[in-house]
Amino acid sequence: MSSELDSGHTGAVTTTGLSGSLRRPGDRIFSGTAKGAGITILVLLAGVAAFLIREAWPAIRASPDSIPGGEGLVSFIAPLAFGTVLGAAIAILLAVPMAVAVALFITDYAPRRVAQSLSYVIDLLAAVPSIVYGLWGIAVLGPAAVGIQTWLADNLGFLPFFEGPVSTTGRTMLVVGVVLAVMILPIITAVTREVFARTPRIHREGALALGATRWEMIRMTVLPFGKSAVISASMLGLGRALGETMAVAIILSVSGVVTFNLISSGNPSTIAANIALDFPESSGLDVNALIASGLALFAITLVVNMAARAVISRDEAIGR
Amino acid sequence: MSTLDIAGIPPRTPMVQGSLPSWGPGALFAGSAVVALGLLAVTDVSFALLLVGAVVVSGAGLYAWSRVVEGARTATDRGVTFLVSSAFALAIAPLVSLLYTVTARGFARFDYQFFTESARNVVGEGGGASHAIVGTLVITGVATLASVPIGILAAIYLQEYGRGRLKRAITFFVDVMTGIPSIVAGLFAYALFALFLGPGIRLGVIGSVALAVLMIPIVVRSTEEMLKIVPNHLREASYALGVPKWRTVVKVVLPTALGGIISGVMLAVARIMGETAPLLITTGAFSSINLNPTDGRMQNLAVFAFNEYKNPGVPRDPYFDRAWAAALTLIVLVMTLSLLARLIYKRFGTETR
Repeated sequence: MSSELDSGHTGAVTTTGLSGSLRRPGDRIFSGTAKGAGITILVLLAGVAAFLIREAWPAIRASPDSIPGGEGLVSFIAPLAFGTVLGAAIAILLAVPMAVAVALFITDYAPRRVAQSLSYVIDLLAAVPSIVYGLWGIAVLGPAAVGIQTWLADNLGFLPFFEGPVSTTGRTMLVVGVVLAVMILPIITAVTREVFARTPRIHREGALALGATRWEMIRMTVLPFGKSAVISASMLGLGRALGETMAVAIILSVSGVVTFNLISSGNPSTIAANIALDFPESSGLDVNALIASGLALFAITLVVNMAARAVISRDEAIGR
Repeated sequence: MSTLDIAGIPPRTPMVQGSLPSWGPGALFAGSAVVALGLLAVTDVSFALLLVGAVVVSGAGLYAWSRVVEGARTATDRGVTFLVSSAFALAIAPLVSLLYTVTARGFARFDYQFFTESARNVVGEGGGASHAIVGTLVITGVATLASVPIGILAAIYLQEYGRGRLKRAITFFVDVMTGIPSIVAGLFAYALFALFLGPGIRLGVIGSVALAVLMIPIVVRSTEEMLKIVPNHLREASYALGVPKWRTVVKVVLPTALGGIISGVMLAVARIMGETAPLLITTGAFSSINLNPTDGRMQNLAVFAFNEYKNPGVPRDPYFDRAWAAALTLIVLVMTLSLLARLIYKRFGTETR
């Protein structure tokens, strides 16, 4: 790991050292092409924002009663945004502790020889297409979760989350949250694992030499060292959960209500799922309204991701 | 040894803590497994509930036993070890269940007909997904052709040439781009083409553009990592021989990193191959084979599976079977690509020293 960090500097050093050779035509063409490719990416991202705004503009300017729902763009997007955040929040609450535990298992508990293979297995979770998660969620997890959700409603029904009536198909927000948690688990695990493994050896050995048990060593060295990595990884996972489409579109049975009730059959939809379900059949201003909701999603995930990246790069700066 | 109590003072605390016998935890787990299996045979409690019960009881039992014999600190350590291990098992459980389900249900229609026929004029049973498989390959292929050159060149710029503000901006926005929701990429591609070709447009190539937006940042990141680990002395040796920088990059740096770059590209292809949402809104649904991405709608496996499952005919089972078979095909494609990528990296990856 450290070799990667070091060579980040050396690349720049050789560049400045060889600025003379850049005058050769071959060098100029090649570096120009490479630079052009880099700029293309910036243009592309700017294009994503620009075209979304352009196509969303008619919906933003339109009179409220021509938007789906008839009450304007804000009340069209608000319940969807609520559903999006609710599903992602459940996913994060479930996935972060699990991901930290799995990362610890791979770095500190599993035998060294199998640890690498185990991390491949976790990465396989990320390779499964989201449509397959959706099918699995509606066909296996949903029906299997009906019993647990009935139990929750019977015993914890005084909480607004488990008010009921319980959905008999299991196509609830809670199941969606669990599926989203499974989907973002490998993302959070991957980042966390890398940083846990980078905990200075001397800290670990120092703690163990002072007589700490393994857990005490982890609590005193690994967890403090990886704390901000866990935070930024969770935000990356949050970004993914907010934008996840197909699993939600297949599993959730929606009614457009705004409710914290996680186990009933009437759930708020999410922005992404709503686009996927309605877009193919829409035309005219409805399309613009959907694109406007997509723009809102883009803005939300952009903020979350930029915050996560800012935390990561601040860390790297301190690490150096 | 007994010379220690010369003064007649008996040792108050033992110097060495007691510890559980090495077979202790194993025996405890085996015991609770036996009890759980016994209950399973006698009562009609569900298997899942018994499993959870057995895990909780044996974990609590281990903690209590260790706390009595070994003291609080070791007990906590054992408890955490147990928690972390069961968390890992719990994380694997969905993968196992998912692979089992998809394989079991997908095999019903994982036959010759499925791969050779399209869904043209198919109502009810029969038919296949050859049109969707072809579509997936074409759409993914075009996306790959578009994003690999841009991605690799951008990575070369970042690692070999870039400096200052532009480099920082590109690095930052590539990272941000990895977080774009796939549906937003689809909307962008649609908005781009709708501007020129009119609203309601559906083409294979629009899907490719959407997938390229998702794929480029993955390619940039993985290529950059691979270029970073090319040893610097190789570059310096080349410069010392008077080789221009661009030839050094093309002839020394890229070949050294090639294994890693290829495996990174394959992983990126595997990632975007299963994307559904952007294709659902850009390529439309179509039940015949269409090989031309610039002419008309195009089907692909993920959208095919979604539509068969979401809007089945009557009876539903043939539609569901096709959906599962499509899901199985997709998983086989994606997993094969991922595994091949790992193998290539292992075999041809850059040696780091």
